[in-house]
Amino acid sequence: MKKNWPILVVDDEEVMCESMAAWLREDGYHVDTAPNGQKALELARAADYAICFVDLKMPGGMDGIETMMEIHRIRPEASIIIITAYATVDTAIQAMKEGAQEYIVKPCNPQEISMLVSRILKLKKLQSENAILRKKLTRQYRHHDVITKNPRMEEILALTQEVSSLRSTVLIRGESGTGKELIARAVHFSGNRADKPFIVVSCAALTETLLESELFGYEKGAFTGATAQAKGKFELANGGTIFLDEIGDISAKLQADLLRVLQERRFYRVGGTQEVEVDVRVIAATNKNLAEEVQDGAFREDLYYRLNVIEIRLPPLRERREDIPLLAEHFVQRISSELGKDVAGISEDALKMLIAHDWPGNVRELENVIERALVTCHNGNLSEQDFSWLQHGNAQPEGWEVPDVPLGELERRAIVAALERKHGNVKEASSALGIDRSTLYDKLKRYQITH
Amino acid sequence: MNELCLVAIGNVPGNALQWIENATAEWFPLPIRCLPSLPIPNGAYDAKRGQYQSVEFMKMLVRSAPPDASRVLGVTDVDLAIPMLSFLFGQAQFDGPVAVVSLCRLHQQFYGLPEQESLLRERTVKEALHELGHTFGLVHCSEPTCAMSLATHIELVDAKAEHYCERCGLKLVQRFARGE
Repeated sequence: MKKNWPILVVDDEEVMCESMAAWLREDGYHVDTAPNGQKALELARAADYAICFVDLKMPGGMDGIETMMEIHRIRPEASIIIITAYATVDTAIQAMKEGAQEYIVKPCNPQEISMLVSRILKLKKLQSENAILRKKLTRQYRHHDVITKNPRMEEILALTQEVSSLRSTVLIRGESGTGKELIARAVHFSGNRADKPFIVVSCAALTETLLESELFGYEKGAFTGATAQAKGKFELANGGTIFLDEIGDISAKLQADLLRVLQERRFYRVGGTQEVEVDVRVIAATNKNLAEEVQDGAFREDLYYRLNVIEIRLPPLRERREDIPLLAEHFVQRISSELGKDVAGISEDALKMLIAHDWPGNVRELENVIERALVTCHNGNLSEQDFSWLQHGNAQPEGWEVPDVPLGELERRAIVAALERKHGNVKEASSALGIDRSTLYDKLKRYQITH
Repeated sequence: MNELCLVAIGNVPGNALQWIENATAEWFPLPIRCLPSLPIPNGAYDAKRGQYQSVEFMKMLVRSAPPDASRVLGVTDVDLAIPMLSFLFGQAQFDGPVAVVSLCRLHQQFYGLPEQESLLRERTVKEALHELGHTFGLVHCSEPTCAMSLATHIELVDAKAEHYCERCGLKLVQRFARGE
């Protein structure tokens, strides 16, 4: 384990180098020594040292500070410990300013060195763990996780790659369940903001005042219950990306506030008097036709153009039916391992049935359907039988007459009925209706349904 | 052939080599021989620090080692140090033929307390096993009671047992079984 953290000792005195190296080798480290700066740089180019002990005073050629600065240039990750025989405040300050992590006066207590080395390595271990985890996280959202062979989707993926490192606002349009958030994540995690926060705000789920404090934060005493200052999502996303889902649902006042943030990159916290400046990339999504909303006067035209710098329109699943078998196989693999089920795949007939289905809830609906089928499946393969309920749901029940009412009223009744069946549970009702929660909230608002 | 040699450097307490011989016989399947004492090496004394440079002791041990010695452990009563560290309980060539142990800071007297021979014996044995362990390729052990754990002050020496932990002991056995 310790062998993974090689150490370099640089000192013109051979006794000092060798005795120090011997002492560290007893602790299990791989240690190299160098009698001067030149040799140290040569070694640093060849090996990735975790720690370099560098003597401050070395006669002739490079001194300790110069050596340290050069090592730092070659190996910015290496921790450098400056060794000196005489403690002077000036040199200590200079060494630390030039990037030394520690400064020790020889001879020092064995315990001091031992603790110093283990403290630095503990930090390094955490740093490398962190880097590995970040890499894993980034990998989760790489483009190839969007499963498709549809030419239009492939064009969209190429576009997300092109725009990933820009700061321009992206507007993603698409029906519920088409994967708008997945595309937003793909944009964020393949760009230069990947190691910064990606913050999601579902605009439809919150009331105007809640959304305002959610987005911009608030000062202590801004309203009853604001007992301390709180940062909003824009501040939390600083340096990274904010994803505003269901942007078509925000009020006129919030539209104005948002426009200001997009124009000036600054805002006030609720109840605040000091401006907060942020560097945030905005990705917005909606299932509405914002251009129509603008014409109807429901959405500000200037905000629409600010948001619509780069537009990505995701096709519904029924327009990319060739992806259904790929997606279905993918969900079977993923969900069956999550559920601990030993299901290998889907039969031809079942696939045909899935391809023929209309998928109003898009990819999310397909995922839910596969999960439901897997839960009840008792064979090694999903068959037509496992999806029989889907066909029933699709077909028009016998003897059911469509009442003579506007379409909106039909939708309202369906929602009320679903809520009643699910005892007011919005999550379950939305999944039964094949729409997502925020869409259901939006419809509840529109039809003024209280639940 | 392949002896483990013990040698006093300068004056050391009368029984020190005997204590070490008894303890090492348990762990190392090698004939043990006590060599005639050696003098404190010239030039080892650092007047500025009032201590002795350990490296000079190691060099002398390498020079004077009998040709049939597998390992040579020097034992001294003077205070050892290296340029970087303020003191050492001992030093070894990692996986090499020589090591040295200083008894200076193992005496209770060093800490202003009345001398206690039994405690000196225990500490001497622990440090001798520790340095010899290094010469046979053992690195510091994370088990605080193992003779191979790193002691940077006397309390940590006292926390150790007079033997290796199971893991370190097994490594030694395996090494000897391989005939190294």
